[in-house]
Amino acid sequence: MKLDFVLNGKPVCADVAPIARLADVLRDEFGLQGTKIGCNAGDCGACTVRLDGKQVCACLVPAGQVAGRAVATVEGLARDGKLGELQRAFAAHGAAQCGICTPGMLMAADDLLARVAKPTTRQIEDALGGVLCRCTGYRKIVEAVASVAADSPALADPAPGRAVGARFLKVDAAARVDGSARYGADGWPEDALHLRAVRSPHHHARFAIGDLAPLRAKYPGIVRVLLAEDIPGQNRFGIYPTGKDQPALAEGYVRHRGEPIAALVGDKATIAAFDDADFPVAWTALDPILGVDAAKAGPKLHPHLADNVLIRGRVAKGDPGPEFAKAAAVAEGEFQTAFVEHAYIEPEAGYARRVGDRIEIVATTQTPYMDRDEIALILGVKPDQVRIVPTAVGGGFGGKLDLSVQPLIATAAWLLNRPVAWAYTRPESMAASTKRHPAKIRARAAADADGKLLAFQFHGDFDTGAYASWGPTVANRVPVHAMGPYAVPHVLCTSAAIHTNGPSAGAFRGFGVPQAAIAQEQLFDELALALGIDPLEFRRRNALRAGMKTATGHEIRASVGLVACLDALEPEWRLWRQAAEAHNKTGARRRRGVGLACMWYGIGNTSMSNPSTMRGALAADGTLTLYSGAVDIGQGSNTIMTQIFADAVGLPAASVRLVAGDTDLTDDAGKTSASRQTFVSGNAARLAGADLRAKLLRLANAGPDAAIRVENGMAIVGERTIDLAALPKDGRGNVLEGVGTFDPPTTPLDADGQGVPYATYAFAAQMAEIDVDPELGTVKVLRMRAAHDVGKAVNPIQVEGQIHGGIAQGLGLALMEEYIPGRTENLHDYLIPTFGDMPAIECILIEDPEPLGPYGAKGIGEPALVPTAPAILNAIHHATGVRMTRVPATPDRVRAAIRAKAGAA
Amino acid sequence: MGGWTRPSTLSQALAALAERPLVPLAGGTDFYPARVGKPIDDDVLDVTGIAELARISRDGEGWRIPARVTWSDLIAADLPPAFDALKAAAREVGGVQIQNAGTLVGNLCNASPAADGVPPLLALDASVELASLRGTRVLPVSAFVLGNRRTARAPDELVVGVRVPDRPSRSAFLKLGARKYLVISIAMVAANIEAAGDTVRAARVAVGACSAAARRLPELEAALAGAKLADMARIATFAHLAPLSPIDDVRGTAEYRREAALVAVKRVLEALA
Ligand SMILES: Cc1cc2nc3c(=O)[nH]c(=O)nc-3n(C[C@H](O)[C@H](O)[C@H](O)COP(=O)(O)OP(=O)(O)OC[C@H]3O[C@@H](n4cnc5c(N)ncnc54)[C@H](O)[C@@H]3O)c2cc1C
Ligand code: FES
Ligand code: FES
Repeated sequence: MKLDFVLNGKPVCADVAPIARLADVLRDEFGLQGTKIGCNAGDCGACTVRLDGKQVCACLVPAGQVAGRAVATVEGLARDGKLGELQRAFAAHGAAQCGICTPGMLMAADDLLARVAKPTTRQIEDALGGVLCRCTGYRKIVEAVASVAADSPALADPAPGRAVGARFLKVDAAARVDGSARYGADGWPEDALHLRAVRSPHHHARFAIGDLAPLRAKYPGIVRVLLAEDIPGQNRFGIYPTGKDQPALAEGYVRHRGEPIAALVGDKATIAAFDDADFPVAWTALDPILGVDAAKAGPKLHPHLADNVLIRGRVAKGDPGPEFAKAAAVAEGEFQTAFVEHAYIEPEAGYARRVGDRIEIVATTQTPYMDRDEIALILGVKPDQVRIVPTAVGGGFGGKLDLSVQPLIATAAWLLNRPVAWAYTRPESMAASTKRHPAKIRARAAADADGKLLAFQFHGDFDTGAYASWGPTVANRVPVHAMGPYAVPHVLCTSAAIHTNGPSAGAFRGFGVPQAAIAQEQLFDELALALGIDPLEFRRRNALRAGMKTATGHEIRASVGLVACLDALEPEWRLWRQAAEAHNKTGARRRRGVGLACMWYGIGNTSMSNPSTMRGALAADGTLTLYSGAVDIGQGSNTIMTQIFADAVGLPAASVRLVAGDTDLTDDAGKTSASRQTFVSGNAARLAGADLRAKLLRLANAGPDAAIRVENGMAIVGERTIDLAALPKDGRGNVLEGVGTFDPPTTPLDADGQGVPYATYAFAAQMAEIDVDPELGTVKVLRMRAAHDVGKAVNPIQVEGQIHGGIAQGLGLALMEEYIPGRTENLHDYLIPTFGDMPAIECILIEDPEPLGPYGAKGIGEPALVPTAPAILNAIHHATGVRMTRVPATPDRVRAAIRAKAGAA
Repeated sequence: MGGWTRPSTLSQALAALAERPLVPLAGGTDFYPARVGKPIDDDVLDVTGIAELARISRDGEGWRIPARVTWSDLIAADLPPAFDALKAAAREVGGVQIQNAGTLVGNLCNASPAADGVPPLLALDASVELASLRGTRVLPVSAFVLGNRRTARAPDELVVGVRVPDRPSRSAFLKLGARKYLVISIAMVAANIEAAGDTVRAARVAVGACSAAARRLPELEAALAGAKLADMARIATFAHLAPLSPIDDVRGTAEYRREAALVAVKRVLEALA
């Protein structure tokens, strides 16, 4: 059908199927890929455009309905090549992190501002409430929209050498607010073939693939059907060297729902129209092993593991047993958490193409170098035959550390010598990707009458699902952190990662520590209450301080800011607690509560080398370039690296050109996880900058404090001018290069978990005020105060952004998120927080500098999330007297707990 | 790919339906989510071009809400207090994008147990107007929505709209969900109360998401008739919920739903006291 309509103010015409989704038409026919597809089901709002001025989901509008009407997309927001006011506000307020939700947010806000010049917070939330954001926690988006009406000043560029610590604009902000940033599903080659996986509908099954001839006859557009035997190299991958246990395509046997058994490659229309029922496969369903208890008793899921236990972890110190007998108070309990989905708004996507005897993969990823090595094994080629070009990443949170589309697009492109592209659907993303480990925890804690902790015992069984993924990391990290950021003389913490037929549980912001904190921080609250000691005071009495030893025997000499965090919360803690208690005395229907939780978090990999290398260079024309292999997944590492590098050289951060994360152009900076990029890669960037600076100083024979300027191809160093064009050039046109490598100093842990697992730790305390409707069991988080010791806030806007986003995910973990395979494989049955669920948040940044850190900085990505859930759960207890030992604390569970307590009383 | 027709008059639409079965499509907000990652090969009748079905109107028999009326149209419409519950439901459907596209009639025809439009329509004593070349018939909402995704619509019929009798009443709605926006109801309650002074003349109370199709509570309604407005909330008991048959699902247990439904009923009645 010929379709005439007005697109961003201009009349246009297209020949499209009227039933096609408008979102596809905009992206494919008009190349307007700022309109994002996160679900194709109306649930995420990333595709929001304005139709005759009104916001609608472009994924739900039939193209035929826009005939004669006006469509406005994010690409139309800029005027005369300049960002519009709303876009600038989003950039300046840090309202766009990964940016995948940003086009939808902007269009919803644009609609609102056209109707209401000065909207209230409530109006902003109502108008934008149909767009989900997984990164920001929404508060900065509300601020940005409100600021358009309020005329807020723009951010000034910091002076040379002053970028670290400044509220510096994200270096890639413009591309994230104007729709030009290219994510995994964007910018595919015109001639790319498309791919579709056939996946298991069963948790556990054997299968036999039948005759493919009828399928080929019915779908002439399918050029290749890939089966396990077509994988050129080894049909095994897995992020751990010891854990290569996952087939790219299953070999007659599947271990989880959603496991791929075949891939169809063909033209776009054929692939989109393929009916899964046409794939010839005979399934023999087997009894599924769901949950760790079933796994302990059940049959072996992997031939090499006798008891389905992937790995165990252990930290032991002293002798906890006898302490419980002499304690003044003992608290113990069992706790249970669920599978949690990363729910990044960008589904996994990318394309691959073969270039001679090399393969190039342009895809969304958190870990380009590990992808490279894994793809080399799968294709049976050498790692340097693989080039990974990360796209902008629309959220990762750990979920994009594992391979997703890469093995199959690489195999198809390699075999067919044609570009091959693939984007997961939302249900596919949810079924196929890794999850946060469900934990079953038993723990007990003992304290003396003065409120000093005596002993802590902990065992957690973690459901690691079908394949190893990052399961080993969780099992290692948990016992180290399980006792919390406290001095505990006697400790026995153990963990096990156990295979089941659930989805593979992998890396998710916190690697198991948030689950452990839910148990430990609630138990410590119980101890404080039993002893009649204020919960904040109890934590302060036991808090780790500089010079103390952790349970692994690591003496931490500096940057232990927990007490400062608690002190920063204390005045409001008292006021909020009193106000809540006064409120509850009025007999109001909703009961109020205030809770607190602390956390610590080791930065970087546990007791493992995890180096990063960065390179910075000056070109003959004076261009200053940072070559950074650290992937920015929205958290802002591109900006942090730029700030640190610029200050180390002594040149303006705004002058740095960034070449990011391409395995052909940058060095290995390690993965974006474990909150390590600021600390580890930031150090590498600092060293690279210092190296470049030293070379300039040497050329100019200048002293260490000499000022440096670069103008018109000249470097002016102190008194001397260096003509850069006169220096010999390298292959990239650079004349001077600095290199920096950093690997955090750690030592292996012994059988008792003793050693130095991390070079540094972040600390935090958060408090939550909530109210509970006891009759309905609904919980609303009203406000939060979060004090985080980050060593040094390299960019306070971004640190706050991480805290807000971490709190949003912690709130989801506490109250609503539970992934059930086969039942919550979409974003309406799987609930993540919306605009209306987020509290007001106040961030307090404690800067207790880490001597090893770049300018004193540590990390914030994961720490932001860890204390939130236990703070909320402790607040529920304060409000109602019930302990929520199972999360999420959904309305029915909270109500059941309240009823049980009333029944028992 | 299937066919597509977007007629501009009702008679064209009915003629097309008489020829062969077509899937009606209005806002598409139920249609597309049911087809994620699947081929779209339906033969579609897009109702959004039918001129006669655009606007809310009122005549001697009462109000008509035709098939093209979206949730946003309802929110913006100037309607008497009897519609407050329906408007409140509209404001809580999805997000604004869904309200701008999704229709009340689509919600009714999709016949989800959790359809937020259905309890307010039941409490309004609304009926559904179906048309085909064979003629027009009008069914009470309770006779139209037969169960989960099942309606009384014949393949050649189009739902033209909803009719609401003009009876002065006040109404209220309460939706219980596990988050603020974009949430499928765990349970929802709508009530319309016709009062004389401080006394209930007639009450209609409906509960959704607690049975395959939303249900009215006739015994409660009978018990409320003649009662003082201020006593309404106290009168409701578990026995009145007998028509409900809640199930366990990812949003809540059956036991919880039954309890929460009663709380919600009481609160809605309290709000109307
Ligand atoms: C993100 C999201 C959030 C949502 N939130 C809610 C919510 O909070 N509460 C809620 O109740 N619903 C919700 N929905 C569901 C949906 O938006 C509503 O049911 C909506 O009212 C459907 O209307 P529509 O016009 O979009 O229907 P369509 O999708 O166009 O059609 C729905 C069904 O009705 C049929 N149909 C439509 N018009 C006619 C007609 N005139 N005659 C006969 N059959 C017809 C269609 O064939 C189809 O089966 C949500 C949906 C999404 C995507
Ligand atoms: S892609 Fe349209 S709402 Fe998610
Ligand atoms: S910034 Fe909103 S989803 Fe990432």
